[in-house]
Amino acid sequence: MDKLMSDLKAQIVAQLNLQDIKPEDIGDDQPLFVDGLGLDSIDALELIVLLQQHYKIKLSNADEGPKVFRSVRTMAEYITAHQPSNV
Amino acid sequence: MLSNESYITSGCIISDHEVRKNGTILFEDKASGMPGFLTVCYQHFGFKYPKFHKMDNLAKLGWLAAELLLNEGELAGKYQPADMGVVLANKNSSLDTDLKYYETAKDIASPALFVYTLPNIVIGEICIRHNFKGENAFFIAEHFDAGFIRQYVSNLINSDILQACICGWVEVLGDSYKVALFLIEKKGSIAFTNENINKIYQLENG
Repeated sequence: MDKLMSDLKAQIVAQLNLQDIKPEDIGDDQPLFVDGLGLDSIDALELIVLLQQHYKIKLSNADEGPKVFRSVRTMAEYITAHQPSNV
Repeated sequence: MLSNESYITSGCIISDHEVRKNGTILFEDKASGMPGFLTVCYQHFGFKYPKFHKMDNLAKLGWLAAELLLNEGELAGKYQPADMGVVLANKNSSLDTDLKYYETAKDIASPALFVYTLPNIVIGEICIRHNFKGENAFFIAEHFDAGFIRQYVSNLINSDILQACICGWVEVLGDSYKVALFLIEKKGSIAFTNENINKIYQLENG
């Protein structure tokens, strides 16, 4: 899980062009939106693309978004639970 | 109606890896390519606006020039948000980003690129940054046309639709780019005429 969260932080910084933020600056449980990392609605769409590109996971239920993308840890937990076995 | 009741109070041009404001070179970096030059420029002036890094090159160019054109908060103290507007033009619309978006769409389309596939988004970025809420427009033209810009903006100002307006040209396609922004107000020393616009535009673009 630690390796996955570390990878996710680097992927988030790259995918969202967060050039003023280093991956290690993002806390495992830090909220990604609003008062946390300050991501916006377009970033949320980019996170969905990230899941699809890097982990072959499609977020089929939009209502799951706020829960899945609450933090790096919740993203990692979702990936672990939904990642296809051949990826 | 189109008498000299408006004036050019500031001008900023970014072209050929040089940044000029009111005729003075503020920064140059011939070594960096595009879009690296835009990032180097942003860093050189010490700007702190994380969203800059998410913008496309057209929006970055316009945002940088507007940032340098305006002294921080100066207009906000003089005018109401609804009295300040932006009128821009270019040749290739948002084609620079359209092409990049098209490439991503072959795999998974990028939402972050999609939002910049309209040329007037650069106006939105400038308005958000400086709290402009007045009239705005973006025109596509083969060349920079001082006469058209002057007529359109003069009409807005002389009709009291706007009290101040950023206007000019912001163009990018691949490695080729040029932005020339002018701040137009009702009081100043340089009359907002075709001759003065062209003089500044040509002088500052070599």
